[in-house]
Formats: sequence, structure tokens, C-alpha cells
Amino acid sequence: MVVQALAFYVFAAVATAAGVMVISARNPVHSVLFLILAFFNAAGLFVLLGAEFLAMLLVVVYVGAVAVLFLFVVMMLDINFAELREGFLQYLPIGAVVGVILLAELALVGGSWVLSEGPAEASLPVPDEKMTNTHALGHILYTDYIYLFQAAGLVLLVAMIGAIVLTHRRRTGVHRQRIAAQLDRRREDTLEVVKVPAEGGR
Amino acid sequence: MLEVGLAHYLTLAAVLFTLGIFGIFLNRKNVIIILMSIELMLLAVNINLVAFSRFLEDMTGQVFAMFVLTVAAAEAAIGLAILVVYFRNRGSIAVEDINLMKG
Repeated sequence: MVVQALAFYVFAAVATAAGVMVISARNPVHSVLFLILAFFNAAGLFVLLGAEFLAMLLVVVYVGAVAVLFLFVVMMLDINFAELREGFLQYLPIGAVVGVILLAELALVGGSWVLSEGPAEASLPVPDEKMTNTHALGHILYTDYIYLFQAAGLVLLVAMIGAIVLTHRRRTGVHRQRIAAQLDRRREDTLEVVKVPAEGGR
Repeated sequence: MLEVGLAHYLTLAAVLFTLGIFGIFLNRKNVIIILMSIELMLLAVNINLVAFSRFLEDMTGQVFAMFVLTVAAAEAAIGLAILVVYFRNRGSIAVEDINLMKG
């Protein structure tokens, strides 16, 4: 129990510190790296909560895909990031006010919140003890939530097509193979039979 | 103190969410950091969902967290694609310069 509590506090502290660094780092590359750190610590928290599959998903999807995507874009864009930081402190008061208000609201909600009896009964049965987390998740994901699962796939497909369509550009002056044109070639287009008179070239 | 309960996780998620909001206000000029702040907020939401799923012993929360993850990935991909296209056209990603539609 002590080890678990200690692990929670370490993960939580590092995640919070990484979150602070994400929004305050001078260099956006450092921001992305701290974001990765925050995701890793959140994955650790998920393991503590017994959600191993989601923890691995967080590492694979967020760290492996999203954060690397961010890293690519930050490095690809040739921007003077120092210029973008001008007026950084100008927004500090309003941001602090909004943040404190939000935190106070969340604290109020958290303080006055009680669990109603109704929904707990309607919830799905507890997965039995022998089942692993992944097994239990798959068990309801592919049965009760199959349509949502398909919809999630559709969302990803649309996002993929959208990203490709947005960023794809046809460059001029690049030689590329045009298969349709090649297959479309006819004998008449390219071959000309010329009747040469005998001894005409002399 | 040594018994880590639901309240601990909710507090952490609230702090992370607030950090995300704070980041949006603090980096008003840099779209990339704003996108990262949004990711941070979605992470906080996911921590909430998984914590409730664990302490109410209901797997639905984890399923929902997975869908949030999916949508967050799609959002990041589309957002960054728009950012890249915008940078190609304007040579800048400052939020103030995004006024092509004169809204």
C-alpha cells in the first residue's frame, strides 16, 4: 500500500511538473518532450489504476504517434519562436485569474459531489477476477460498443484522408510515372509505317 | 494520506486540466502550444474517466477513455495538417495573423 501511494505521488508530481513545463518552456521542442514525459507518467497512473491496456495505448498512440507528429511539425516549421513569445507575461494575469476560478469551481464541484445510487446498479457487471483488463475491455468493446467502435474507426479514416488532402501538393517540374498514359498508348500513336521507294535514297 | 483514493486522482486531473486552460491563455500567439495544451486537457479527462471506471468498478469508463484517445489523435492530426498548410500559405503561425476570413 505504501509503495502504491508513493508511486502515485511520484507519478502525479512528475506529471504536474511536466504539465507546467509544457506551457512555460521557451523552446517548443522542449514543450513536446515534456508532453511526452507527462503522457508517460499518466500511463504509469493508468497502470496503478489497473487499466493496463489504456496505459499501453497511451504510450503507443500518444507518445508513438501524436507527440512525434508534434515534434515533426515543430521541427519542420521554420519559425522564430522567440518572436511568438512576445507578450508572454502580458497574458499571465488574465490566465491566472481564469485558472484560479476554474480550479475553485472544480474544487467546489469535487467537494459537494456525491454518488447517486441509481447509476451504480445500472452499470455493467464487474469483470470477474480472472479476466485481464484487456480481455474485459475487448469483451464489452466488441459487443455492447461495436457501433461506437466502428464510428471511431470512421473518425480516424476521415482524419487520415483529411490530413492527406490538406497537406498534399502536386509539385511542378517533377518527372513521375503516369501509368494511365502508358497503358493508353496505341500503335497508331507511336508507330508510323513509311513506304520508302526502292533505291530512292540514292 | 497513504490510502490513494478517487479524490487524489480527481485532484490531479483538475490540476492538469487547469494547466491546459492556463497554457492556452499564456501562449496566445503560438498555435502549437495551444494544441499541446488541448492534449493536456484531454489527458486530464482521460485520467478522470479511468479513475471513475476503477473506483465505480465499471468498465464503460475505460471504453469511453479509449474513444477520447481516438478523437484526440484525429484532432491532433487534422490540427497539425491545417497548421502546416497555413504556414505554407502565410509563412507564420501567430494567432493574430489568422484573419483571412476577416471575421
